Amino acid sequence: MAEVLWLTLRLAGVTTLVLLVLATPLAWWLARQKAWWKEIIGALVSLPIVLPPTVLGFYLLLALGPRSPLMIPFQAFGIRTLAFTFEGLVIGSVIYSLPFAVTPIRNAFEAIGERPFEVAATLRASPLDTFVSVALPLARPGFLVAAILTFAHTIGELGVVLMLGGGIPGQTEVLSIEIYKAVEALEWDKAHQLAAMLLAFAFAVMLSLLLIERRAGRLRP
Amino acid sequence: MTADTPRIEAAFRGRLGGFTLDFTLDVPASGVTVLFGPSGCGKTSVLRCMAGLERLPGRLVVAGETWQDEGRFLPTHRRPIGYVFQEASLLPHLSVRRNLMFGHHRAQGDTPIALDQIVELLGLAPLLDRGAARLSGGERQRVAIGRALLSQPRLLLMDEPLASLDQARKAEVLPYLERLHAELAIPVIYVTHDPAEARRLGDRMVVMAEGRASQTVDLSPARADPAAAALQARLLQIGPDALVAALQAEGLAPAVAGLTVAALQAGLAPLPAAPDPAVRPADQS
Repeated sequence: MAEVLWLTLRLAGVTTLVLLVLATPLAWWLARQKAWWKEIIGALVSLPIVLPPTVLGFYLLLALGPRSPLMIPFQAFGIRTLAFTFEGLVIGSVIYSLPFAVTPIRNAFEAIGERPFEVAATLRASPLDTFVSVALPLARPGFLVAAILTFAHTIGELGVVLMLGGGIPGQTEVLSIEIYKAVEALEWDKAHQLAAMLLAFAFAVMLSLLLIERRAGRLRP
Repeated sequence: MTADTPRIEAAFRGRLGGFTLDFTLDVPASGVTVLFGPSGCGKTSVLRCMAGLERLPGRLVVAGETWQDEGRFLPTHRRPIGYVFQEASLLPHLSVRRNLMFGHHRAQGDTPIALDQIVELLGLAPLLDRGAARLSGGERQRVAIGRALLSQPRLLLMDEPLASLDQARKAEVLPYLERLHAELAIPVIYVTHDPAEARRLGDRMVVMAEGRASQTVDLSPARADPAAAALQARLLQIGPDALVAALQAEGLAPAVAGLTVAALQAGLAPLPAAPDPAVRPADQS
């Protein structure tokens, strides 16, 4: 039980960190790019919202499996497959939660508008300097929302981790799978406990999100 | 640099969002040059081109330094300008002090303009540790002006800095602008559609209409002579053609009316023989 909880939190934490690093430049690009075709990338990023997790899990299973051409470069390092591994789960979770990180950050960047960037430029700030000293601090609520959403979303996922991880105890068995298995084994007490825990967690997440948005709305000039 | 007095030479030509600009300017790089004209005539676009915030084909040379020509376009952050936007655009996540110092920290070379001097000049001492969001409109605009000056500009661009303020706030900020003019030797391009502001702050004026600039009008004699100032104000308000018509309607011979207006446009005092129709209270708006 403690092992499952630790694995779940570790997966969610690593996924969130990886996603914040990946989503920031992507969200910035989507927010600042003016050409219409950026939305092709935008749609690709958002795909996991509407795709059944099993579809994503299936493709990832093929892509990260031993016979996938994508795995050839890894085989030089003695890694034959990433399916049914913790690393594979991280990759799957990152892709599955990508829109939940990109969208709030992109919205936060877009809400800043053009003016603060123009102001910074007239005050000698280079584009990179402007990104660090104006864009990032002004988009802070968006980063907070992105972090909470991806963390929570990763804890809540089942389809991808089941397809890609298979629920190997100690390696890929996370909370949502544990509940699934408990129900299948008719261990109702255990399922009750775990489900109630996740329910309370989900409520706390949504409440904190709404409170952050309320505060960000008040701060906006 | 040559022995000539330094100048600001600008030429921009092209379309900007459904609007054609064909603008040339050649004025001394000293004192306040007012860009005057009705809303939508392209004043702000010209200022944004000078700042490098918009890009139109053309040329910009400021005191011997080329900021833009065929093969060269300095990005905004490399131009030693100060820019005051129409609505005070303080960075909302920073305090007044950090807003003021934002450009100061990033200025290249000497920084002769110091925080203390600007705080004193613009009366900012009581505001320094407040958040940018907790200021009145007039206070915010004063901070924005101070912030632009602290970035050590060699050209100050001001886009209707008083337009978003009500009369009381305007009256609060105007004296600071006059002091700035008197105490700092930075050339200013000042955009406005308010004739009173143009008269009070400008050394010379470039009248704009539909993306083009007319000749440059010297405003200093009009400042010295109140009757001429009143006429000058009407010229600014209603334009040369309407002023000629108005002077004729008031009984001035057509030739004299034309000469009076031409003199005003050239920056000379108007003909003394003219009756003084400009001071009739009914004409003052």
